[in-house]
Amino acid sequence: MEKGKGVMGAGRRWAVDLTDNSTSPSSRDVPDPPGFSRTPLEQDDSTVSRQKKDAESTWKAQKAWEVAQTPFKNLLMMGFMMWMAGSTVHLFSIGITFSALWQPISALQGVGKVFEPYKDSKVDLIAPKLLFIALNLGGLALGVWKLNTLGLLPTHASDWVSSLPPAQEVEYSGGGIPLY
Amino acid sequence: MTLSLLAHFEVLTSYKNFHRSLRSITSFVVTATQREREGERVTMGTTSMASRVFLLLLIFLSSTNLSLSLYEDQVGLMDWHQQYIGKVKGAVFHTQKSGRRRVVVSTEENVIASLDLRHGEIFWRHVLGSNDVIDGIDIALGKYVITLSSGGGILRAWNLPDGQMVWESFLEGSGASKSLLTVPTNLKVDKDNLILVFGKGSLHAISSIDGEVLWKKEIAPESVEVQQIIQPLGSDIIYVLGFFGSSQFDAYKINARNGELLKHNSATFSGGFSSEALVVSSEILVTLDSTRSKLVIISFQDGEINYQQTHISDIFGDSLGTPVLLPSKLPGMFSVKIDGAVVFIRVTGEGKLEVLDKINNVAAISDAISLSEGQQAFALIQHGDGKIHLTVKPSHDLSGDLLKESIDMDNQRGTVHKIFINNYIRTDRSHGFRALIVMEDHSLLLLQQGAIVWSREDGLASIVDVVTSELPVEKEGVSVAKVEQNLFEWLKGHILKLKGTLMLASAEDVAAIQEMRLKSFEKSKMTRDHNGFRKLLIVLTRAGKLFALHTGYGQVVWSLLLPTLRRSETCEYPTGLNIYHWQVPHHHALDENPSVLVVGRCGKNSDAPGVLSIVDAYTGKEINSMAAIHSVAQVIPLPFTDSTEQRLHLLIDVNQHGHLYPRTSEAIDIFQRELTNIYWYSVEADNGIIKGHVLKSNCIQEVIDNYCFESKDIWSIVFPSDSERIIATVIRKLSEVVHTQAKAIADEDVMFKYISKNLLFVATVAPKGSGPIGTATPEESWLTVYLIDTVTGRILHRMTHHGSQGPVHAVFSENWVVYHYFNLRAHRYEMSVIEIYDQSRADNKDVWKLVLGKHNLTSPISSYSRPEVVTKSQSYFFTYSVKALAVTLTAKGITSKQVLIGTIGDQVLALDKRFLDPRRSVNPTTAEKEEGIIPLTDSLPIIPQSYVTHALKVEGLRGIVTVPAKLESTTLAFAYGVDLFFTQLAPSRTYDSLTDDFSYALLLITIVALIAAIFVTWILSEKKELREKWR
Repeated sequence: MEKGKGVMGAGRRWAVDLTDNSTSPSSRDVPDPPGFSRTPLEQDDSTVSRQKKDAESTWKAQKAWEVAQTPFKNLLMMGFMMWMAGSTVHLFSIGITFSALWQPISALQGVGKVFEPYKDSKVDLIAPKLLFIALNLGGLALGVWKLNTLGLLPTHASDWVSSLPPAQEVEYSGGGIPLY
Repeated sequence: MTLSLLAHFEVLTSYKNFHRSLRSITSFVVTATQREREGERVTMGTTSMASRVFLLLLIFLSSTNLSLSLYEDQVGLMDWHQQYIGKVKGAVFHTQKSGRRRVVVSTEENVIASLDLRHGEIFWRHVLGSNDVIDGIDIALGKYVITLSSGGGILRAWNLPDGQMVWESFLEGSGASKSLLTVPTNLKVDKDNLILVFGKGSLHAISSIDGEVLWKKEIAPESVEVQQIIQPLGSDIIYVLGFFGSSQFDAYKINARNGELLKHNSATFSGGFSSEALVVSSEILVTLDSTRSKLVIISFQDGEINYQQTHISDIFGDSLGTPVLLPSKLPGMFSVKIDGAVVFIRVTGEGKLEVLDKINNVAAISDAISLSEGQQAFALIQHGDGKIHLTVKPSHDLSGDLLKESIDMDNQRGTVHKIFINNYIRTDRSHGFRALIVMEDHSLLLLQQGAIVWSREDGLASIVDVVTSELPVEKEGVSVAKVEQNLFEWLKGHILKLKGTLMLASAEDVAAIQEMRLKSFEKSKMTRDHNGFRKLLIVLTRAGKLFALHTGYGQVVWSLLLPTLRRSETCEYPTGLNIYHWQVPHHHALDENPSVLVVGRCGKNSDAPGVLSIVDAYTGKEINSMAAIHSVAQVIPLPFTDSTEQRLHLLIDVNQHGHLYPRTSEAIDIFQRELTNIYWYSVEADNGIIKGHVLKSNCIQEVIDNYCFESKDIWSIVFPSDSERIIATVIRKLSEVVHTQAKAIADEDVMFKYISKNLLFVATVAPKGSGPIGTATPEESWLTVYLIDTVTGRILHRMTHHGSQGPVHAVFSENWVVYHYFNLRAHRYEMSVIEIYDQSRADNKDVWKLVLGKHNLTSPISSYSRPEVVTKSQSYFFTYSVKALAVTLTAKGITSKQVLIGTIGDQVLALDKRFLDPRRSVNPTTAEKEEGIIPLTDSLPIIPQSYVTHALKVEGLRGIVTVPAKLESTTLAFAYGVDLFFTQLAPSRTYDSLTDDFSYALLLITIVALIAAIFVTWILSEKKELREKWR
């Protein structure tokens, strides 16, 4: 209380310091009662928590792998949708193709976020991440392939030639039937 | 909404070559991003994927109106139609009894029309066609209009009130002759009024009731040149008078009841006759002798022919000019034009001549009309100080005037050419007169009570050539002020429109909305618009007058009777030939006005001296003119402009000398620099020779002329005269823009178009097949078509259609020619297409090379490199015969093309070019179908909705002109003949703008609903969140 008061500004009447100082011995005002020791309790806890942590990390690794595999389902789904949409350009096929392109891209942008909950010093996230990225890239490839089958990718000579203006002619000739 | 959109997409994909056009659209959208947004134009977004999708959606939205045709209420929204009749050559007024105030006229465009005398509107009109020339017009029985046409071969009666044809008679006869029509007032045979017609060497008497030929009398065929038919009042005798040879006069006396020849007299006249004979009275004719120095009075009383000669100098003293008898019919007298003055001479009973009056500056004299009690009157028109003076004189006393009026006249109408008068009884029982006058520019005016009651610009019925010009750029503040002026009107209009879209409008409101749509102020503004729909159509008419028509409603902005194309002593028969763009400022000469070059000629022959005038396209003032220069055989606009953007023109004269215009040193510098690459060719259709020339050095003549160049023949193609005769040549339009040289075909393959401006399409027929259809058998007639490079004279393609003949109409665009001819074996018309592809570029197919730009596709090419070409062609049957062919042109050449066909029914049909594709086959593969190839059929479909002219007719259609608008999807089409028709066309529909009937209200409502929904759901979710927190 006094300590709180000491910090208080001139305008305040009272304040409650809600910080629990019980765990930090240095700032303890009242000494521990004799015979009371904190250390054994902590050691007991650590064994339990280690076990707990191990379980958690295995769970995390498992989950990470699961998450890494989710794009596969998406991939199958996408493939089915694409097959349904056909190869002509209309609203469905365009929509599906663009979502097929957008999903993997957004997923790839958020790779870190997706695996953040499973971040652990003991869990090796690289392999699931790689799988996740690979699957998403696969999805992207599927999207690009679809785009190509729709004819929207400039992969043919005609796509490049069409924008070229006609060649100029060197000579000029005019005339015709005499005016009457 | 999504569902309906989907449905649209399905239609779209199945309808057109969507797969590919989508790409072109997106690329176009990207290229158009920098363009300004205007009005209802779709804003072109950024290039990011999402916005592209959005754009595509917008484009789809805008193409919701999928039918190519118009709805009824869209007629007149983008098109206008004007009806004309041409230069009037004969007019008959309705008699007083019939009560209707109308006049029936026949014109040089072979139109017969009934006009309202109050407003000059057309009540009814018939266009007889170019080979059915009207020779005479009259009224019979007070209810029929009688016309004699086709050289005296066809006589028709038309019902006066409604113009229905009552009867038609074909008059047989041998030989051609002058044709004369007489409708005697009192000649009755068995209660039937007779019509006397002289035509084809015979005199016919025809019943006016049913057109039956009652009798026919052949008047000694061959050389008797019949001049007049006289039917003296109240008798049954007809006199047929004519010249035999040049010095014998023949008079035939014929019984009107049965055509029996009563008497035939002839007498020779030693002096010879020169001009036409003029009837003075029922027994006296007047003519001039062959030296035009004597007046000859021929009297044929009782069959005795007497001549009386009077020297002109005896009457007029010593005069310089040659006298001309004026053809006006005046009772008991005649008029002679001499020394610019008109002299009226009365013929007394004994053949004595009595000079009555001499009047100066007379422009025209009418025929005499009878007033009450045998009194007759005629009118004459004089010109003076910007006015015309109309005088009506009684024919018995020339000194007294019944009427004398002066009327201000626009000097752009020129002089008066013809006058027809009509009288009416005023309320105070005196005689009133109205005069119908035909002006030099072919316009028709009605004068009454000293004022012009109405005028018709009938010169526009005979358009010779058309060019277009841009309007001036809009100055700031101009339009704003005008909008503020009618802010209330503007608001009212928008409220009305809103009512219309929300379907709250009453019938009157709907009518008001329709009127507003049709009479939008925007359309007739005198400034340029962003879409390039507003332009000036500058037309040259046969009268030598230039008109600038606004594309909004076709109103005349300015008109100019070209001084160089007016008849003068130095220029006896001026004819206007063509108009060209002289100056089209758009880059560094923006402050200059655009101007056009009018090329004409002083005379009918090709070696007559030419006249040039340059006219400002904004103001209609002549800037410069050159009269009586060298002859003009050809005008070649060169692809070079000088620093003020004046286009260089090369005029070739009949001696094959090239003359360069404009005559400035700058032009000559530019020309000298390019001289080695300038070629020209001449087509001598009569000799069957096409020659190529090159210009070498300055002309060798007495006066050194730096602007004159000699030419040298470099190649010639001679068609064998016994098997081929040139009947048609066509080149590409110089202004045509081609977007790409490649054509993507099925399986993403590429074909390279052979795009050259130096290609000439020539069609020849066998000499026997050059006559009209039906004169040759299929075995002896064939049609050969050529594609010729006009620089080198190389024949790129030659094809023969056996058993076919002309006439050939053709149109050349990009790398294809479409032509129309007659197939004698199938007895049907056919249309063929030739497409020409460049094989030497076909191996440019490596994508990586193209990506890196390692190709030679854009490097300049020369005709001397002899590119290897392949052609593809295909033929189809076509139902109609054709009057004109044209093709749509767009600003960048991206939009697909339509062939515009002027059909024999005077309508314009738009035929998609995809129907004329040589790659069509009976069973196209799926890839080809996807590309948009239509399965092959033997004839071209005529879809009624694809008539550009919808329900209207462009009578006497002669030509179709297309001009690109600034908006890529749209092209402006102008069809001209006796009528004018203008419309906007969008061959691939308006994919780059929202259509006029786009529902903005729906869009607005959708947006508002979406915003409301967003707010509602936001509030709901907020509330839910709060509840969650309290839980």
